[in-house]
Amino acid sequence: MARVGVFICHCGENIGRTVDCPAVTEAAARLPGVVESVDYKYMCSDPGQQMIKDAIKEKKLSGVVVAACSPRMHEPTFRRAAAEAGLNPFLLEMANLREHCSWVHEDRGEATAKAIDLVRIMVEKVKRNAKLHPIRVPVEPTALVIGGGIAGIQAALDIADGGKKVVLVERSPSLGGHMARLSETFPTLDCSQCILTPRMVEVAAHPNVTIMTYAEVAKVDGFVGNFEVTIRQKARYVDPATCTGCGTCYQKCPSKKIPSEFDAGLANRTAIYTPFPQAVPNKPVIDAQHCLMLTEGKCGVCAKVCPTGAINFEDTDREVTVKVGAIVVATGFELWDHSAYGEYGAGKIEDVIDGFQFERLASAGGPTGGEIRRPSDGKIPKTVVFIQCCGSRDEKRGVPYCSKICCMYTAKHAILYRHKVHDGRAIVFYMDVRAGGKGYDEFVRRAIEADGAEYVRGRVSRVYRRADGKLIVRGADTLAGQAVTIEADLVVLADAIVPRTGGNELAQMLGIAYDTNGFYSEAHPKLRPVETATAGVFLAGACQSPKDIPDSVAQASAAAAKALGLFSQPELEREPIVARVNEEMCVHCRACIKACPYGAIEDYDIKDRKGNVVRTVARVNEGVCQGCGTCVAVCRSGSIDLDGFTDEQILVQIATLE
Amino acid sequence: MTTIGYYPGCSLHGTGRELDMSIKALAEVAGVELKEIEDWNCCGASAAHNLNHDLAVALPYRNLALAEEQGLSEILAPCAACFSRMKGTTVRLARSAELVEKMRGITEREFKGTVRILSIIEFAGRLLDEGLAEKLTSPLDGLKVAPYYGCLLARGEEIVEGYDAEQPNGMDAALRAAGCEIVPWNFAVECCGGGFSMSMTDAVVDLSNAILTDAEQAGAEAIVTGCPMCHSNLDMRQRTINEAGLGPHDLPIVYLSEILGLAAGIEPERLGLDRHFVDAMRVVERSA
Repeated sequence: MARVGVFICHCGENIGRTVDCPAVTEAAARLPGVVESVDYKYMCSDPGQQMIKDAIKEKKLSGVVVAACSPRMHEPTFRRAAAEAGLNPFLLEMANLREHCSWVHEDRGEATAKAIDLVRIMVEKVKRNAKLHPIRVPVEPTALVIGGGIAGIQAALDIADGGKKVVLVERSPSLGGHMARLSETFPTLDCSQCILTPRMVEVAAHPNVTIMTYAEVAKVDGFVGNFEVTIRQKARYVDPATCTGCGTCYQKCPSKKIPSEFDAGLANRTAIYTPFPQAVPNKPVIDAQHCLMLTEGKCGVCAKVCPTGAINFEDTDREVTVKVGAIVVATGFELWDHSAYGEYGAGKIEDVIDGFQFERLASAGGPTGGEIRRPSDGKIPKTVVFIQCCGSRDEKRGVPYCSKICCMYTAKHAILYRHKVHDGRAIVFYMDVRAGGKGYDEFVRRAIEADGAEYVRGRVSRVYRRADGKLIVRGADTLAGQAVTIEADLVVLADAIVPRTGGNELAQMLGIAYDTNGFYSEAHPKLRPVETATAGVFLAGACQSPKDIPDSVAQASAAAAKALGLFSQPELEREPIVARVNEEMCVHCRACIKACPYGAIEDYDIKDRKGNVVRTVARVNEGVCQGCGTCVAVCRSGSIDLDGFTDEQILVQIATLE
Repeated sequence: MTTIGYYPGCSLHGTGRELDMSIKALAEVAGVELKEIEDWNCCGASAAHNLNHDLAVALPYRNLALAEEQGLSEILAPCAACFSRMKGTTVRLARSAELVEKMRGITEREFKGTVRILSIIEFAGRLLDEGLAEKLTSPLDGLKVAPYYGCLLARGEEIVEGYDAEQPNGMDAALRAAGCEIVPWNFAVECCGGGFSMSMTDAVVDLSNAILTDAEQAGAEAIVTGCPMCHSNLDMRQRTINEAGLGPHDLPIVYLSEILGLAAGIEPERLGLDRHFVDAMRVVERSA
């Protein structure tokens, strides 16, 4: 005979406001098999959990229903409490009175009736629950870090320093990401390269880290602790083992007119190239699209001049498979394409540039050697207009969110410009200045007060190039309440921060979610900011939301801590919600084997005592099964059931409602 | 023979007569019949929507209902203001059944929403598709033109379709087909002063001067427009601008339909090119 306890939570006002909890408690007490029914303000609190534990012992409960929030929120909490009181945790079920009831209904009477139904069906289900035992799976103590920018480097270093192995995959030929392209960094104006490049060297030299640059993730299989990841190593055409990085090849390469990605198109590179002199690894690759040998079959100058014979035009893409226990995604961001803004020249005015282009102009290693010279004629601009929120906070044509870092880097740009061009004017158009961060507002004040940047509150309505080459910037000064027209020499647009192209495909490979803007979704916006909803996959840096360097580094370290936590035990417990085949009924039609998205079902030969195969059936590998239930639905002989969600359990719930 | 409804509005009987003449001549060459809506009324432009929102919708509604009754499915409204009011009304009606009901009450007429309003730019595209392209036998000899859209041929969400409001290119195909060279310029969507022509002429002088100056600096030999209001500000007020000490300007302002008409070999007088304030007959010499 079942002895079920029902525990109804008010969730403060969350449930109690809409659902009459005492009425639900009374109704539950009358249900057959229910021997205990109580309600409490906060069931998840310590006293609440104690009520459940005490009842389990005193009333000798055989099953528990907690009617509270979503099981996604507190099922682990309550199951842990049940286990502590000696009840198998899988004999506890939750009825969701919050997300499924009080939050979505207004009428108190109807909501209460629905709450009673929800409790009723869960009581019937829990009576049919079986004791289940967690499945233990081994953990591969190696992490894959996707993205070699500052977030990826930091996560890799922290995991490696924690004594675990890391595979760091980077799409471009070098580590460093966007940070390698920056001139100086806010709010301290320390040189970006000076603080980054030692980190790049450190991670590359770390004995626990394997670097794969010019490589991409092609396929992800498996699950937490046991991922199998296929990485496509793009053909480099240069053998990194023999190449000494002497640079003779790119000095002699005749294909010299390729816009440099690293310099944001302000300078050119060769077809065989390293993106920048401090690249890690400092070994060139051949850009197959632009190489004369690879496109037209003639040239081969690099192969002739290479002193070590490292050039191999026959090189092909290779696929490598690695086994990892955790994945840190740190794929970063790109700038929004401002060609959608016709009013700012639609990307066609040469001297209307983006933030990265200004960084390269201001950078000592940049195409102008750190002198601010405008792209069209190389002249030093005497008036520079900076336009913030270019694409940000524009629901119609740009993105709806604030890109967070632009207020700060624009202030930095204005300061750098004023330091370099003493008689120049730096004019900043802004909507709001959002300088929340340690030393940030002080930095903006410094730009205005010490370095004389002129801040104009208002939007720019139009930028065009007058016949004499001046850029005419027309906008509103909303504090003065008047229209302003500025004759500028250079305009810098603070383009919105958007996720990397191809980010959605990667998310689908990893089985993680992304928001409407394409940023990867964290498991909980407050309490689980670096985890994804997929166990074992963590987020770091601007792939999750626009972030500056300090925030990216902090999140990377947090993700590394999560990975190290996962690796701290040799085995992992996972929920025993797996499919089970009734081998006596299985007719071996193999429909489930074909349907299983995880490849978790195999053929199994039943043998007699002499070893002769009597019959072949389907069998589930519970280490691989994810409990999705697809096989249950396709099984035509009804021989598969899902532990914890058997047909009997589900049908009785439906029947109870009728 | 294709039939397109025609809504000339007030301008085309007055300051914009060349627009009326050139459109009719062009339609004839293209073999398209223009059927004027019988008993049409004012579109309400420039004043009604500042006075009474219901009136601003009811006026075009009546015209739309008449067109539907008369079996017209497409209406050309050559004046940019008429186009914006009429098309804007169809957009508003499509969004709100309540508004349709209200308008039916006010005008005591049914409108089912089967009428589509064409701008002069869309009309030009239609004519080219209907066979005008093969009839452009006297193309202009690379006349450098600045296509000018002003406000109402560039703006109005869901009203102006097919090109960007800030960098419009809707006229480009037709102008190239007519043998023109399009100069890149900055003032294609700037305000000419519009309805302030009478009440605040000073504003018009400043604004139109800026447009003329930029077109000249870009090397344009003419500004091409589709709007009679822009036309009168840029053409008629050019002398006032010069007298104000600005300029001096001497830039012909021509309608898109006049340019296409010239390229189709229509006599300039039938297009009204001899009626302009700033001599426009000089562009005639550029057609083959």
